[in-house]
Amino acid sequence: MSDPDLHEVSLIVNGIEYSETVESRWSLADFLRQKLGLTGTHLGCEHGVCGACTVLLEGQTVRSCLTLAVQANRKSIETVEGLAPSPTELNTLQQAFWENHGLQCGFCTPGILMTLTEFLRDNPDPSEADVREALSGNICRCTGYQGIVAAALDAAAKMRADSS
Amino acid sequence: MSTHLVGQRVKRLEDPDLLSGRGQFIDDLNLPGMLQIAFLRSPLAHARIRKIDISEASALPGVHAVWTARQLPSNLQSRRLLLQVPNPAIRHPITQQPLASDEVCFVGEPIAVVVADSRHQAEDACERINTDFEALPVSGNCEAAMRPGASPAHAELNDNLAAQFTLDFGDVDAAFRKAEHIFQDHYFQHRGTANPLEGRGIVATFDPISQSSTVWSATQSPFIIRRMLIDMFEIEESKIRVIAPKDVGGGFGPKGMSYPEEVVVLALAQELGRPMKWVEDRREHFLSTTQERDQIWDVSIAVDRTGQILGLRGRLAHDAGAYIPWGIITPYISTTTIAGPYVVPAFRFDTTAVFTNKPPTSPLRGAGRPQAVFAMERTLDLVALKLDIDRAAIRRRNLISAEAMPYKMGLIFRDGAPVIYDSGDYPKCQSLALEAAGYDSFKHRQLEAREAGIYIGIGIANAVEGTGLGPFEGAMVKIAPSGRVVLQTGAAPQGQAHHTTLAQLCAEELNVPIKQIDVITGDTNAVSLGVGTFASRIAVNAGSSVKLASQAVRGKLIKLAAAVLQVGENDLEMQDGEITITGEQGDSVTFSDLAKMMNGVPGFKLPEGIEAGLEATNYFQPNQAAYANGCHVAEIEVDPETGSVIIQKYVVAHDCGNLINPMVVDGQVQGGVAHGIGNALLEQLYYDADANPLTTTFAEYLLPTAETVPDVKILHLETPTPNNPLGVKGAGEGGTLPAAAVIAAAIDDALSPFGVRFNNAPILPHQIVAAMASAKHNKTS
Repeated sequence: MSDPDLHEVSLIVNGIEYSETVESRWSLADFLRQKLGLTGTHLGCEHGVCGACTVLLEGQTVRSCLTLAVQANRKSIETVEGLAPSPTELNTLQQAFWENHGLQCGFCTPGILMTLTEFLRDNPDPSEADVREALSGNICRCTGYQGIVAAALDAAAKMRADSS
Repeated sequence: MSTHLVGQRVKRLEDPDLLSGRGQFIDDLNLPGMLQIAFLRSPLAHARIRKIDISEASALPGVHAVWTARQLPSNLQSRRLLLQVPNPAIRHPITQQPLASDEVCFVGEPIAVVVADSRHQAEDACERINTDFEALPVSGNCEAAMRPGASPAHAELNDNLAAQFTLDFGDVDAAFRKAEHIFQDHYFQHRGTANPLEGRGIVATFDPISQSSTVWSATQSPFIIRRMLIDMFEIEESKIRVIAPKDVGGGFGPKGMSYPEEVVVLALAQELGRPMKWVEDRREHFLSTTQERDQIWDVSIAVDRTGQILGLRGRLAHDAGAYIPWGIITPYISTTTIAGPYVVPAFRFDTTAVFTNKPPTSPLRGAGRPQAVFAMERTLDLVALKLDIDRAAIRRRNLISAEAMPYKMGLIFRDGAPVIYDSGDYPKCQSLALEAAGYDSFKHRQLEAREAGIYIGIGIANAVEGTGLGPFEGAMVKIAPSGRVVLQTGAAPQGQAHHTTLAQLCAEELNVPIKQIDVITGDTNAVSLGVGTFASRIAVNAGSSVKLASQAVRGKLIKLAAAVLQVGENDLEMQDGEITITGEQGDSVTFSDLAKMMNGVPGFKLPEGIEAGLEATNYFQPNQAAYANGCHVAEIEVDPETGSVIIQKYVVAHDCGNLINPMVVDGQVQGGVAHGIGNALLEQLYYDADANPLTTTFAEYLLPTAETVPDVKILHLETPTPNNPLGVKGAGEGGTLPAAAVIAAAIDDALSPFGVRFNNAPILPHQIVAAMASAKHNKTS
């Protein structure tokens, strides 16, 4: 490649492989939003505090604003667009958010869904305090969190029932 | 038979898209050929601009334009933004220029702008703009800025008194003369800034064929922006369309303003002939979006020996910041709110809005009311303490009774009409909250806890809020040829579920499933006139307009169906988009049939007596505000070692009239309380002595998290207001109003063995530790 600051990267996002050229300074969030058009991942602070941009990288939550696209080369990424089983359905966690009024403006929601996707996978039977601690790295300015906590506990119960 | 939707916990229509990553926020909007914008902002709080050299920046690759005030179109160079809410008390109606041309008055004020292929390139170029400033004396502190001889925040002024007014009623001097007791205190309150998770953002295009512009803005008020742009660009209303994207990521007040960036982004789109995008980053939000920040209150209360209020007087100093884009609404509302739900026979407050070299201010969720509630409730707590009266009892003694409604409280509101509380049962609201909180048994629990070395406390606070202010917020309802119902309004949501609640109202009137309604919000082309989403006004204003417009459309449908089916109007029933002759089989017409018929056949008349169009537009105009009220009770624990406060129980008894969707109202109350908790315990903007901002990230400015906000127990009274056809009052801000007051009171109560009293907000852990140390020191010395 002629420009040393340009890199060929290849990522598997929600099961689909994408190859693109990016500058080293591009964040994973900008890459997902601008190169791939996956605008469900939102940028709330771009300094790693608010958690709106949270995605899963190799199954682990990361702040996509603080992760460079080149760091995600040859890795698998999951974003909010990959959660639902089909365009007309919601998964158990998304459905629980709908039923428990777990969102208002919806801007922080994608990051919160990804945080809870990892958390409920690893902690299928959490207490309310566990859920609140898991959410402590995601800021929501609208809801006061109660609907989010209720949704997480509701989803956990339904996921346990489904797997038993 | 009927589709009963109003009053139900209807799931939100907005959610499936937002949960699936299909939201449509401003930064998700990309147009072909679009360029990216970054602003260069003043690094100094007050300075004269000597020189801005853009030559190096302009030569960088990818850069299309670099503008300072000198490169703006000539008609914009000398103009300042429209002051949207004038008031005769304003002495200096100063608003911002699109780009500062000569003098900068706060850190963050835009001074230059770069257009480039990418935001990265635009920000790179900003760093290569060379500037030279002459520093001017800084007015950084509201209290100091008021004093005679203080350095002016604007070099051309002799003082910082942006506005001054006095509001009064009754013979306040006589009340204080005859009072058995007079108590007073001084309150410093800081309300920080809005911080919706999505910042501001603008996309603009110019169409050279029609010579018209479209501006998308992540705003609460597309019509307010349109007014400002018409004024700035001197263009016809028909040449400018402003749209709030379907999804706006929170607002809380500051997104209701119009800003310099909207002018500059549109001017660039017009001049360069390319679509433009600017999206605010978090640092810019801290620097340049309006804040609410500081108020300083001095309150004196005159009471008799039983604690009954005889008079209230004092002064309020409001830090206006560098400019007053929204006039003096915030301090005005503060002053008219302090008497609150109590009988106050005599009143006088002197209020001053003070220019400082800090970001401009405008209303933030609660709009000056939380500070007024804090000042009043903390003062009542003081009276209770001094006269040894229970805090619930002193409030009961002074609350306006249900029988006194409607109650003329004495003040004249800013629209010139007397403030009349229309309805409500304030004593009952307090009783409900106290009962749910277990107030009567608390003393016992508190003593037990203290035995164990645990400091718990309880607080009570009441609030009244004027909601649903006019003049209007219109809605248009129309039957489409498909038979679907189109509902259009200028109201712009940022998470309040307007799509759902307005559709509920429309679906109920037309007796159709809610899914048959398509809601279009936040577009100046949706209806002819509009105001905006703030002041807890949309349910009252737009909701009533939707109901009335839907009723009118229902009437038109029935009239047309009667003509088509040749029966009387009373012989018809309407359900699921079909109108049927009562009691008969088969004879019916659908909304779609009727809408297609109303498209007209060329050359043929419509049926006799039928007016064209199956649509109606309504602009409901409330006569005055609808007054919501609430009582909050909080129980907290203070860790005496760290000064941290844990909220263990939080009860809200709330009356916002009839509930359109109780789930949505609960969400507004819970979210409002969370905002108030931030103001009570966390949120503080710090500045150094030269007004340089020290809090520009979420690591420095703390917002409430899931671990700080408790599950609020919410009880609803539903006293319908007579002031609108829905009987609803606004619900968006009530949760925030008493929160800081109730938490401060609970902290005092928890630490009552030390005799600590807090008269400031936020109350930070280090302040608690210091206050306890100082109390212990005073006891031992």
